[in-house]
Amino acid sequence: MVWSESVPRFWRERARKYRLVGGRCRKCNSIVYPHRSVCPHCGAENMEPIELPRRGKVVTFSVVRHPPRGFEGKEPFLVAVIELENGARVLSQLVDVHPEDVKEGMEVVAVFRRYREQAPNGIIEYGIKFRPLK
Amino acid sequence: MIFSTKVGISGYGAYVPVYRVRDSEIERIWGGEGAPVEEKSVPGLDEDSLTMAFEAAREALTMSGVNREDVGAVLVGSESPPYAVKPSATVISEALGVTPKVIAIDMEFACKAGTTALILASALVASKAIKCGLAIGTDNAQAKPGDELEYTAGAGAAAFLISELSSDSVAEIECAFSYVTDTPDFWRREGEKYPRHTYRFTGEPAYFHHVISAAKGLMEEVGLKPSDFDYVVFHQPNVRFPLRAAQQLGFSTERVKPGIVCDKIGNTYAASSLIGLVRVLDQAKPGQRILVVSFGSGAGSDAISLVTREGVGKRRSSLSTLLERKIYVDYGAYTKLKGLLG
Repeated sequence: MVWSESVPRFWRERARKYRLVGGRCRKCNSIVYPHRSVCPHCGAENMEPIELPRRGKVVTFSVVRHPPRGFEGKEPFLVAVIELENGARVLSQLVDVHPEDVKEGMEVVAVFRRYREQAPNGIIEYGIKFRPLK
Repeated sequence: MIFSTKVGISGYGAYVPVYRVRDSEIERIWGGEGAPVEEKSVPGLDEDSLTMAFEAAREALTMSGVNREDVGAVLVGSESPPYAVKPSATVISEALGVTPKVIAIDMEFACKAGTTALILASALVASKAIKCGLAIGTDNAQAKPGDELEYTAGAGAAAFLISELSSDSVAEIECAFSYVTDTPDFWRREGEKYPRHTYRFTGEPAYFHHVISAAKGLMEEVGLKPSDFDYVVFHQPNVRFPLRAAQQLGFSTERVKPGIVCDKIGNTYAASSLIGLVRVLDQAKPGQRILVVSFGSGAGSDAISLVTREGVGKRRSSLSTLLERKIYVDYGAYTKLKGLLG
């Protein structure tokens, strides 16, 4: 996901980041996250916002040891593709688990966490991440 | 104070981070013996009082089954908000999906703000100004490394969804009593990272005077005595203080022990007595009376009397799971999680 140090941008995106709001295509029924105006599957411009289920499973994951800007000092951390109960896939950080304990297929649940600070005196960005269900 | 309309808790929730550090590990670094608690909770790198408050509030809202649009107030009691200026209550309200028609405010009174939020939410519902209100106590307690406070400064949150009393309520909020004086036992100045405290002064003139005065004040005002209560929950800065307060007031140890959680998670400040209340509600049966007494430095106590109703036991919080879900860290990892490595 492209990152810019923009307060208005984070403000615009808050609902989808805070509440796991994805988009459902009224034409082909695909569900995507985050919500967007054009369906990435069929190209229709007929998407409606939909709040996604909070539980899912780890499809695949990666350990980030060289963090991008804004995530310094947080390494190592996990980024995973999560398949939610309705089949929608979400790219998210996976927290509260050691990298060596993560397994594909592991059941996970959404939590609300800090993403990053734009600067020590800047806005703190919050949003959804996932943690192991058990 | 007695509310003009009967109000009750229709949902409640708690949150405790997964990480723990043992007091023996802190003693290994800083020396000392006779640690006040066994271990304490430590927030993850991406957790703060706001994120913990959201988790507890979401559980309370879900348990209540209340519609989001009926939540008319989100009152967040904390002494560790992530911003000096910018409310946590708006972020929490937005994430819960209860904006924009909501009274949302951050409240501060050291460890007491959570119970005061509970009283105010109850008063707003009782006056019919709002249909339902969320009261939250949350803290990510800070302590200077090596300070006495470091052995207990924990992290956690508890939240209560208050609405008019119904057949489905978990508990009725029977009455409340507040007792405050200007007693400077603990403080943190604007811009300072860590609080200061006055050591033993925190005990008699601060904690015990206020806790006991508020508890006695409540019982005298409404004509109740210690034997009328099945459970009693006090603010828990350590294990010793609530046990001694119970003894001084004439409550047996069996009444106070079920609500003690600080031996496992430390002092969670504004959440401390409220997580204790969640612990009690999770084991109570209908028709039992509970006394909750908070203490906030500076100083004051809120005493609240509750009577459990038919809804208790039908739904339980995730607290027992959260208390068991643990990843132990050593002091090195703890300093990273607390952001002490820069």
